[in-house]
Amino acid sequence: MPLPLLVPGLVALAFLLLPLVALLVRAPWRSLPEQLAGAEVWQALRLSLVSATAATALCLVLGVPLAWLLARTDFPGRRLVRALVTLPLVLPPVVGGVALLLALGRNGVVGAWLDSWFGITLPFTTAGVVVAEAFVAMPFLVISVEGTLRAADPRFEEAATTLGASRFTAFRRVTLPLIAPGIAAGAVLAWARALGEFGATITFAGNFPGRTQTMPLAVYLALQNDPEAAIALSLVLLAVSIAVLAGLRDRWLTGS
Amino acid sequence: MTRSVRRTRRTLQLAGAGAAALMALSACSSSSSDDSSAKPDKSGSVSPKLSGTVTVFAAASLKESFTTLGKRFEQQHPGTKVTFNFGGSDSLAAGITGGAPADVFAAASPKTMALVTDKKDAAGTPATFVRNQLEIATLPGNPDKVASLKDLTKSSLKVVLCDRTVPCGAAAQKALDAGDLKLTPVSYEQDVKSALTKVELKEADAAVVYRTDVKAAGDKVEGVEFPESAKAVNDYPIALLKNARNAEAAKAFITLVRSAEGRRVLSEAGFLKP
Repeated sequence: MPLPLLVPGLVALAFLLLPLVALLVRAPWRSLPEQLAGAEVWQALRLSLVSATAATALCLVLGVPLAWLLARTDFPGRRLVRALVTLPLVLPPVVGGVALLLALGRNGVVGAWLDSWFGITLPFTTAGVVVAEAFVAMPFLVISVEGTLRAADPRFEEAATTLGASRFTAFRRVTLPLIAPGIAAGAVLAWARALGEFGATITFAGNFPGRTQTMPLAVYLALQNDPEAAIALSLVLLAVSIAVLAGLRDRWLTGS
Repeated sequence: MTRSVRRTRRTLQLAGAGAAALMALSACSSSSSDDSSAKPDKSGSVSPKLSGTVTVFAAASLKESFTTLGKRFEQQHPGTKVTFNFGGSDSLAAGITGGAPADVFAAASPKTMALVTDKKDAAGTPATFVRNQLEIATLPGNPDKVASLKDLTKSSLKVVLCDRTVPCGAAAQKALDAGDLKLTPVSYEQDVKSALTKVELKEADAAVVYRTDVKAAGDKVEGVEFPESAKAVNDYPIALLKNARNAEAAKAFITLVRSAEGRRVLSEAGFLKP
């Protein structure tokens, strides 16, 4: 093994793992049951799981058709649209939150209409959390599904349409089952991203226990005056993340 | 085998040091103390000539007034430079006790200052230099006719408060307790500026913030004073830090902050005399 590669490689490995090891080392194991017994913890975890799942559902309903449009149709500016879809990936989440506020806030470009016509305001609501999470998580799903679609052979769909199926039927009966593993992987990625979302959520949806305070927000605020509680909450999120990894093991850990 | 283990361990130590350095860098990217030793002047003048950089860690609410004072200081003492790190008092205190190179700490509450003095990181006793009172920030023109803290408890109003973990939230809770009021906000914001922003963007109808923040926001919000705020006045302490690299200049900066001139700048920003 060449040393110039081995040493920096090991440093990188240590750099990635050290903070997680530190979390385990400094965890208040003895008072952990007590720390985690608080109602607010479970409230935040429950809200996190529910909103991340709802955000993933929203991503699936809207993102899969978008991925299909990007992969299977040709329209002017398709490349530009594809680049724009990935924008929330590189955008700092806080900026995303500000943008959402200006678009969908009570006084926002579209939000003002929602408010005056339907009386719907998204900021400070659980729906707002779902919107913020879907905004940052959707690109993960779209890119994942689009990649799978490109790899899938379009001749199956063509065969189906020549046999009389409409394009939508072909999509439903042929394409969807074909790309199901890709959709599942994209959904897990989107779900994990939504679960960890912090910046856009705290900016757009605010922070209220039980309504908009998700786990990452609870961790951040606990750190201000009760570091032990923050560590305990972080451990819970770490455990959930490891569970997700375990769920994805076929895809990532086996190293195709 | 043993050798490779030892090597791995050494590598791990190296990585730890690297990670620590990274953290230190990110914690104090705004501070630089290249020429920090106060050199005594040999030319024979009475007061020692100050030079070098003074690094001041100060509460976010002090941003406007301290920036002004920093410029004054640099004018009065050519050759000096004042760099600031503004932020939440809690995280600044954590940075200082964690070894961030700072000369002066100005906190928004005695409680956050205590985090530093408890670790014996302050030189001498902190001095209260200003006080800050709460005010209600409402939309321009006060369309909801908010006249008292009690008016905020109406369920039709969207009110934001600071989280109880940060000084402005603790103070708001104290004021509510003093008035025997119960208030359910739509959000507990992580600092005073983000609470104010929600009103500036008209997403919330009102927020309980500091008087100085209402003043700094200009005509984007309208301030409403309320009597309960007298029960929740925050003292701002300032202290020279033990590990100050430029103690002479740091002392001079603290003197400026506490001078009549400093007091004038601070009271123009809406702060109260201690």
